[in-house]
Order: sequence, then structure tokens, then C-alpha cells
Amino acid sequence: MKILVCISKTPDTTAKIAFTSNNTKFDAAGVQWIINPYDEWYSLVRAIELKEADASTIIHLVNVGLADVEPIIRKALALGGDEAIRVNTDSHDSFYVASQIAAIVKQGAYDLVFTGKETIDYNGSAIGGMLAELLELPYISLATKFDLAGSKATVSREIEGGEEICEVELPVVVSCAKGVAEQRIPNMRGIMAARTKPLKVVEPVAADVLTNVQSFGLPPAKAGVKLVAPDNVDELARLLREEAKMI
Amino acid sequence: MVLVFIDVAEGHVKKASFEVLTYGAKLAEQLSTTAEGIVLGSVTEDLSALGKYGVKKIYQVNNETLDHFDSQVYTNVIAQVAQATGARVIVFSNNVDGKAVAPRVSARLKAGLVSGAVGLPDTSNGFVVKKNVFSGKAFANISLTTEIKIISLSPNAYKIEETVGSAEVVPFNANVPSSKTKVTAVNKVSGEVPLTEAEIVVSAGRGMKGPENWGIVEDLAHALHAALACSRPVADAHWRPHNEHVGQTGIAIAPNLYIAIGISGAIQHLAGVNRSKVIVVINKDPEAPFFKAADYGIVGDAFEVVPKLTEAIKKIRGAA
Ligand SMILES: Cc1cc2nc3c(=O)[nH]c(=O)nc-3n(C[C@H](O)[C@H](O)[C@H](O)COP(=O)(O)OP(=O)(O)OC[C@H]3O[C@@H](n4cnc5c(N)ncnc54)[C@H](O)[C@@H]3O)c2cc1C
Repeated sequence: MKILVCISKTPDTTAKIAFTSNNTKFDAAGVQWIINPYDEWYSLVRAIELKEADASTIIHLVNVGLADVEPIIRKALALGGDEAIRVNTDSHDSFYVASQIAAIVKQGAYDLVFTGKETIDYNGSAIGGMLAELLELPYISLATKFDLAGSKATVSREIEGGEEICEVELPVVVSCAKGVAEQRIPNMRGIMAARTKPLKVVEPVAADVLTNVQSFGLPPAKAGVKLVAPDNVDELARLLREEAKMI
Repeated sequence: MVLVFIDVAEGHVKKASFEVLTYGAKLAEQLSTTAEGIVLGSVTEDLSALGKYGVKKIYQVNNETLDHFDSQVYTNVIAQVAQATGARVIVFSNNVDGKAVAPRVSARLKAGLVSGAVGLPDTSNGFVVKKNVFSGKAFANISLTTEIKIISLSPNAYKIEETVGSAEVVPFNANVPSSKTKVTAVNKVSGEVPLTEAEIVVSAGRGMKGPENWGIVEDLAHALHAALACSRPVADAHWRPHNEHVGQTGIAIAPNLYIAIGISGAIQHLAGVNRSKVIVVINKDPEAPFFKAADYGIVGDAFEVVPKLTEAIKKIRGAA
């Protein structure tokens, strides 16, 4: 059983979001980087749990990015995983990244590929689906539970107002959301072990870039809060009806 | 031609589909072309009535394999229809199904995808679509130059408009491959308004002290016909189910009205809810950061304020 876990780096959730170069680039000055929470908390931890249940399982991590991602990759390896692969290129857009990962999956003959539900910076939610299509594999998105019995996976996925449970034979691509696993904190042994785990660097394959960011912007600030006294709750209901026209 | 994917669950057209149909029709008008719909599987409702959202024609592929959602099979069939009909833009909702299918169709047709679009593209100079990034803390304008373009529209971002009109329903004979996934169960939380489709959301945080106190929150939601949501620690402590967790690492929502009770308004929480049109905050701490992001607020004890608000709303709604 070979699992590939896709890892990406994102700005820390408290990072100040600002842009430079005439609003065309994210301002990374002073920004702390973290492993994308969906990748770290759910896909990676679930992969580790599967290995804990079956020691013969091999976990590889993959990232498409330049050398500055390596500290993030080591952090992920501190949680678990046997080795990591970094595809040495800028992550131009979802299709380009998916094409790179598809090449890795084909070479490594993985049985299972995990992505996070989305990255918390570009919120594309696209890599998993694109990857599955490029590999002609089934894709279960927004998984909230993932179980394995032999080569058969049972997956719950989020649907409007509930969940759908489905069965699928490996190989499969799955995007993981809350529920699949619980966040873990790396321990000292893991951090030490991560230092010597292999981190292979491979060069990118030729692939198309289908989209371009033209500019960024920030939403307009709120006008300010209108406070209503706690003993005058009827007034709030009136405002919501007559002024905001919401109820 | 603008091809709009009409998403269906258990034979019913989802509300998100009305949004994309309206959006697709407006986009077609902007591009001086027509909007057509595509629906997969059987539908119990009258599809021709969807013409009121501005589509002239709806292709229906009826095959029982399509009665279960499978992103791989759906992609295959949508691509066949898109190619046979010469679609130039394909529109999806960025809802659960759209998130699974739109990227696949993008990869299959080598068509640039903007997921989570929040408005119509700017076509004055190219084709530029605005979308949310950084979980709603910012937006990006994405330029698409591929021959076929795909937009998946953020739920609740585009207002449904109805006119008069009826659509011609055209059966489409597609090659439907067999599905590699088998749906074994669908568990619906009955009687609830789905969070991502809700126009009003009532959300509560750690200020509620414990799960046993959620009654007053549920009563308010009930009075407003609203969906329930919660902050992350509330879901983590299992006071409420995971699928109610909103925020940067939960579900991102953009209802018309968001009522936050006993939630401090941490940056990660705000990220997932700040696209709500109107925000009401009830918090006993006047310094709670949420007030800075709110339109209306009450500084007070939720245990006193919330039941009163429920009564006030029942009164005002009953009077109408
Ligand atoms: C990487 C990361 C990701 C995160 N993602 C998310 C996310 O997606 N969503 C999310 O919500 N959080 C997220 N968080 C957590 C976030 O930082 C906050 O800790 C969390 O939102 C706080 O939840 P809360 O407001 O319910 O609780 P608290 O911060 O404890 O606030 C409780 C509030 O209730 C008020 N209160 C108490 N008693 C009463 C009363 N009787 N009446 C009225 N008000 C009362 C208090 O004044 C206080 O403001 C994330 C954190 C990290 C580090």
C-alpha cells in the first residue's frame, strides 16, 4: 500500500493580507508560513493512522514548489511519512501543479492520493479533481471519513445538509475535510527523525498554465456597527426588518 | 454558447442551480450568445420551467448511472455535451458537486477554471473573473485565455432572477461509462436548512458555555428558518457536529444575514463568514473583535438577549 499526500504551504491564518507591485503580488514580508491546515490536520494524519494500522504502508509527501518550502516539508515529515518529493518549480496554477503531481503518481504507482479540501490561500479546491482526471481515476471530494479494507475504501463525503457514503476500489484520489482525522502535534522523536528522512528534488515536466492572476484587492471595510441596547431587543428586530430588510 | 450545469439531488433541482442559471443567462447576454443548460439523470420536476431563469434549451442525459453522482462519469458526459454543442463557457456552482466536477472538466478540456467566482467576468479587455482568495480576506482577478472557459460560482454570490420563459428540453444521447464508485447510503440531517444554501445563519460560540444551552440558539434559528453554525472550538469539543463549523478551516459561507452569538470574532472565524451581507453580533464583551466586522450589535448576555430576540422576531414576523 503506497500513499501519496499532497502538501502545500500557506500563510499563517493570522497573517496580514496585503499586496505589492501594484496589487499583483502577495506581500510575503514578515509572513509566517504553515502547512496548509487541511493537508496537515486531515490528509497527513489519516495517512499516518493507516500506516499505524498496517506497518507495511509507505507514505510519500509531495510538494510542487521552490526550495523555500523545505522547512514546511520537514515539519510535515516530523508528523510522519517515509520520504518527501519536491518538484522544483513555482506553483503557477492548479492545472500546472496537478500535472506535476500526476507525473509523480504515474512513476510511483501509488494506490491512494490524498489532498486537502482546499488551500486556505487560493481556495481553489481544484488540484484533487484535476489530478484524478489526468490519471483517469475516481475522485471523492470533501471526505469527512475514510476507511480501508484491503483494496476497498469506504468514504463519507459532505453533501448539502448531510453526508453520502460510497465505496470505491483503489487507486483513488481523495480530498480530505474536517472529520477524516484529528490534528496532531509533532513530538521530539518525530522532529529528530524528520531531519534525516529523504527529501528528493525532481525537476518539473512540461505542462500548461491555464489561468493568470491579473490583480488582487481587499474587500471594502464595513461602515461601522450600529449598537442596540440589550433591553431594547425589539429595536434590533425592527432594524433587521425595516432597514436591513433581512427578516 | 454558455453551458450551465444544473445540479440535482434526489431528482430535485438544487437552489444553487437557480443561481448559476441566472448567472449563465446574464453572461450569455453580455457575450451576445445564448445560455443552455445540461442536466444529468432523472428529475422529478418540470425542467422546462427553468426557462424562467433565462435559458432557452436544456440538454438532458437520462441514464440510471447518472442518478448517482460520480465526478468521473459526470465529467465524461459533460465533456461530450460541451463538445457536441460548441460550448465556450461552462458554468458550475462551486458547491459540493461543482467542486468535484469543475476541476475534472477543466483538466479534460484544458479549459481554464476560476473556482469560487463572485461576479460576472469583465470582458472589456479579455476575460477576467473575480474570485475570493485568502478565505474571503481578499479577492483576485483571474484572467482566462483558453478557448473554453470554466467558471464555478460561489454559492449565494449571485442573486436569482426570475422572468417569464420556458426552456426546450432536449434529450441528449451520450455514451455513459460505468461508475467506479458505489453510493451505499445518504444520511440527511432531516428538517434542517443546508448551511451553504441558507439565506440566514444563526451561529454560536464558546460563549454558550456548553452543548446543553443550545436550545435558545435553535429556537432563534427556527424562528428565522435559518441554518445553524458554530465556531471551531465548539465543533472540536463536540458540542456541535463538524458540519456546522464555519471559518477559515471550516465551511465558508456568505448568507444574507449572519447572527453570531457568543463568538469572539477571531480572524480565522471572520475569514469564513465576512462575505455575509449583514452581520449581527451578540456578545457580552464590548471589546470583542467581532463588533468591528458587524453591522448591528448588542453588548449583552446571550442567555438574556437571545430568547428576547426570538420573541421579537416571532412578533414582527407574525404581524406581517
Ligand atoms: C490555524 C487555525 C485555524 C482556525 N480556524 C478557525 C475556524 O475555521 N473557525 C473558527 O471559528 N475558529 C478558528 N480558529 C480558532 C479561532 O482562533 C478562535 O479560537 C475561535 O474562533 C474562538 O471561538 P469562540 O469565539 O467560540 O470562543 P472564544 O474566543 O472563547 O470567545 C467566546 C466569546 O463569547 C463571549 N461570551 C462569553 N459568555 C457570553 C455570554 N453569556 N453572552 C454573550 N457572549 C458571551 C465572550 O465575550 C467571547 O467573545 C482557528 C485557529 C487556528 C490557530
